Parts: sequence; C-alpha cells; structure tokens
Amino acid sequence: MVEKTPILDILTYVFLITGIIIVGFPIIYAIIAATLPIEDVSRVPMPLIPGDQFWVNIQTAWTEGNLGTNLMNSFIMASGITLGKITISLLGAFSIVYFDYRFRTLAFVSVFCTLMLPVEVRILPTYEMAANVMSPIMKIWTALNLDSVATWIAGHEITLALDWSILDSYTGLILPLVASATCTFLFRQFFLTIPEELCEAAKMDGASPMTFFRKILLPLSKTNIAALVVIEFVYGWNQYLWPLLITTNPKMMTAVIGLQHLIPAADDLPYWNVALAGSLLVMLPPILVVLLMQRWFVKGLVDPDK
Amino acid sequence: MIKRSVFSSRTLPYLLILPQILVTLTFFYWPAVQGLIQSVMRSDPFGQHSTFIWFSNFTALFTDPLYLKSIGITIFFSASVATVSISIGLFIATMANRALKAKAVVRTMLIWPYAVAPAISGILWLFLLHPSYGVVALAIKRWFGVDWNPVLRGSDAMFMIVMASAWKQISYNFVFFIAGLQAIPKSLIEAAAIDGASPFRRFRTITLPLLSPTLFFVTVMNIIYSFFETFGVVHMMTQGGPGGATNILVYKVYQDGFIGLNMGGSAAQSIVLMSLIIGVTVLQFKYVEKKVQYTG
Repeated sequence: MVEKTPILDILTYVFLITGIIIVGFPIIYAIIAATLPIEDVSRVPMPLIPGDQFWVNIQTAWTEGNLGTNLMNSFIMASGITLGKITISLLGAFSIVYFDYRFRTLAFVSVFCTLMLPVEVRILPTYEMAANVMSPIMKIWTALNLDSVATWIAGHEITLALDWSILDSYTGLILPLVASATCTFLFRQFFLTIPEELCEAAKMDGASPMTFFRKILLPLSKTNIAALVVIEFVYGWNQYLWPLLITTNPKMMTAVIGLQHLIPAADDLPYWNVALAGSLLVMLPPILVVLLMQRWFVKGLVDPDK
Repeated sequence: MIKRSVFSSRTLPYLLILPQILVTLTFFYWPAVQGLIQSVMRSDPFGQHSTFIWFSNFTALFTDPLYLKSIGITIFFSASVATVSISIGLFIATMANRALKAKAVVRTMLIWPYAVAPAISGILWLFLLHPSYGVVALAIKRWFGVDWNPVLRGSDAMFMIVMASAWKQISYNFVFFIAGLQAIPKSLIEAAAIDGASPFRRFRTITLPLLSPTLFFVTVMNIIYSFFETFGVVHMMTQGGPGGATNILVYKVYQDGFIGLNMGGSAAQSIVLMSLIIGVTVLQFKYVEKKVQYTG
C-alpha cells in the first residue's frame, strides 16, 4: 500500500476473513450436516461439531439418489459438451480466420448470434426439434407437397417419413449444446494475434492447411483450450433446463437434476444429512476442475475482450 | 478480419465450419423461427390445426395480470441478485486487493462457488432457510422477530431464491473485480496519496471510475444470469410458488409451455425474452466498444 495504515490493514484482513467465512458458510454448514445422524441434523439449532456418519450418509445418498448412474451420465454429458464445443469451435475459427471464401462473414455472424438464443428462450421448439431432428426436412417436404411429386415420378404411392428422436439419449444431451459462440469468438481472437509469418512459412514449406492446424495452431492454443475446458466442463455439468426437458428415463438422468429426489418433502422425515451429502458429492467434480486448473481458468474467464 | 496470408481451398473451409453451422441451424435458428411462427398462431391442443391470429398472443400476454406480475417479480429479483452479489463481490475484491500477501490464497478460497450449480446452491440455501431446521432462518426469526415461512409467504420465498442465486454469483464477480483492480496503474493511486487523498477518497475518485468498464460488464452479466440461469434455483426451491410469488419469466415460460402446453402463449413469452436478451447483448457491445473506456 501507499502509506502505512495499520488500522485499515487490520480491518482489511478482518473484513476479508469475514467475507470468506460468509461465502464459505453454506458449504461448511452442509459438510457438517452431512456428517451427522438424522437426530442431530433435525435438532434446532443443529450442533456444529461434525459427527461420524459421513460415509453412511454418502452411501445412503448414493443408493437413494441413484448417484452411480447419474454421475456417470453427468460426466459423459459434461465431457461430451466440452470436447464437442472445443473441437467444432477450433475448426470453425480456423476456417473463418485462415480461409477467404464468400460466406465467411455470414458464417461467423450466424455462429456469433447464437449468443442471443439460450435454450431458455426457445424451450418448446427446441424440444420438438429433439423429438424429431428430421422435422425440418419433413416440414419442407410436406409444404412442397413432394409426396405427390414422388408418387407421380415413381408411379405408385410414396410417402416420406423420417423420424430421428434424440430424447433420452446422450446425443440429445450433448449435441444441441455444442454450438458455441464464445469458444468460436475466443479462438478467432486468438488466431488473429498469431503472427502472419507462421502461416507464410508453413505455406512456403509446403504444409497443407490441416498440417498447419495440427502442428502449429493446436500447440499454440494449448492455454486457451485449457481455460475453455474448465469453463465448458462446469457449464456442461451444471446444465439444468435442457436435461430436465429431454430426459424422462431414470437411466438418463443427470446428477444435478437427480438431487431433487433427495430433498425431504414437507411430511417426510427430514433426511437433510443425506440430501446434503449427495449435493456435496455432485458438486465436487466441477469444483475440483476449477481449483486444479485455477490459473488457466481465471485467464480464460477474464481475458477475452471486455 | 482475416489474415493477410490465407490458404486456398475450395471445399475445406466449408467442411471445417459445417459442424458448427449444422448445429446452429438445427438447434438454434430453426427452433427460433418456429417459435416466432408459433407466437402469431393459435393451435388446438393436439397440434393438428393452427390459425394465424396476428399479435393476439402478445396482447393477451400483456393484458394478463399474472404475466405482468411475473415481469415485476423478475425485475425485482434480478435487481436484488445483481445488487447483493456485485456489492459483496466488489467489497471482498477491494479488500483482497489491499491484502497483498494473501491474494492467491484468498482467490482460491473464493473462486470455487463458481463451479456450484445454481440448483445445488438452491439446495444448500433451502436447508439454511428451512422454516423448521434452517440455521439462517432461526437467526432471522430470533434477531428480527419475523415469522419466517417461505412456504406460505411470497416475500420470504423471494428472499430465499435471491440468496441462493446471489451467493453463487459472488465468486464470478469477485474474479472480474480483482482482475479489474489489478489492472489499475499503481502510479495513479500513489500520486493521489502524495496529494493527500485518503484511502476512501482514492477509492471513490480513482478506483471506482477506472473500474467502471468492469462494473458495467459485470452488471450486464449478472442481469443475464439472474434472468436465464436461475431456472434451476427456482425449480429446486419454490417451483414458482407460493402463489406465483417467485414465478420469474423463465420459469413461467417453462410452466405455461412445457407443463401447461399453451403453445402460442409460451411462444409469445419466448419471443419477449428473446428480444430482451438481444437488446441487452446489443447494448453491451455498443457500450463496451465506446463509452466506458478510460484506460488507453
């Protein structure tokens, strides 16, 4: 600091610690509750000394909440979304920055505008789409009355019926979420800062576009990829509305949504210890990812434009 | 913008962008257009016939007292979440920025709630504010003499979803504020100190104005968050109740459309939300480019 202000410095630390405790309180309290037996957790106020029932509660939550299946589903969904988003954004940004073609700007703008269309504003039509991905083709087919055209050409009755539902499937959980304006934008910005000489040199040496992409762009993008892995994994893991809409089969349920069944209802026994043990388990993977990859994550979150 | 030296290929660039375009067309633009069409149609419950009815869905929407109430609730909710999480985030970030030695530790201890799903934050706070077992609820009852009952009283339920939503967002704001604070040149602060400005005055006249781009960005992000990403919080905690007191717009779209199967009305609601988010995004880009920029 600029001048010595011992009182202010002490106050700073006092406030800081208070702040950290306030922010950490819900989780600390949940951890304590998760270690207690039901008698203690339903006492008012709950004792603040951890009990020894942690593993018991975790086990109950695991079986009651079907966490084995749910966590696996969440893991597949989050990894799929992360991998998908990063892959198609890398390729897309490469195409937009390193090639000159007619629809380049249009492609970029149309990808970028998806930023303004979160699932929340197109719930029903997107659900209908997932119920039959072929529906646009069907609609256009019917609108143009192509059935009769086909019948006329073939000389006998022909109807087209295309049906591909991705409800209750991993494809359904992942595919609609892999388009990413932010990732594409980020990679585009990053590619633009890469010196022209690299591309020129690669071309001079006779490298094909894909060789250049693999051998030069990918290694250079490592840090950005790491940052996006964190952000997108957390995003994928914490998805709520979309999985809620398209999964009805308990085998396809994701962990976050499954927790709902652990919350004690009004006239149930208050098994909050189990509900909180389950919650802790479900929130652990994304927290670990964030903490372990903190450096890249902060860089990726804060750096892009602003 | 494009590179000076580019590759030339007829098909490759199209192939590379194809997956992205396919996904956006199928799952973003086609549904959006469908929503737009549905919003000016009335369809029978079986979805067999639909008739074009101009803007009836919209006029019905804006004369529906429940919808108007939901708008009011959403604005109040969004403003509360933004105010609570921004002020706490900014306060902690300012403190952390002063505590030179412990910055990394403090960041680690504050960053993790970012990874907690809004819905799980909802569970944590549901327990803390539980009318019979919650410790925070107990404190509220004891200290403020309030007859705390979020199951029956709307304002209590609103407080509950605000707490759960704001808590989770503090760490996001903190990360941006600490980055913004660190970017402020030390020389300015030192110069002001030499001129005899007190720490508080320095904060008000130097730090805060220089932080305004970050503040603006974070405010926009918080509004978007509280409008759209808090669905899980509401679904876990209150399901829009009691009596629609926490029925924010996003939850209402889901309830009317997906549960109530009112296609036209829900589509109209979606279009309203869509125009809202388009407006906010445009505003954001306009301002971030132009106005709120002090440092060169």
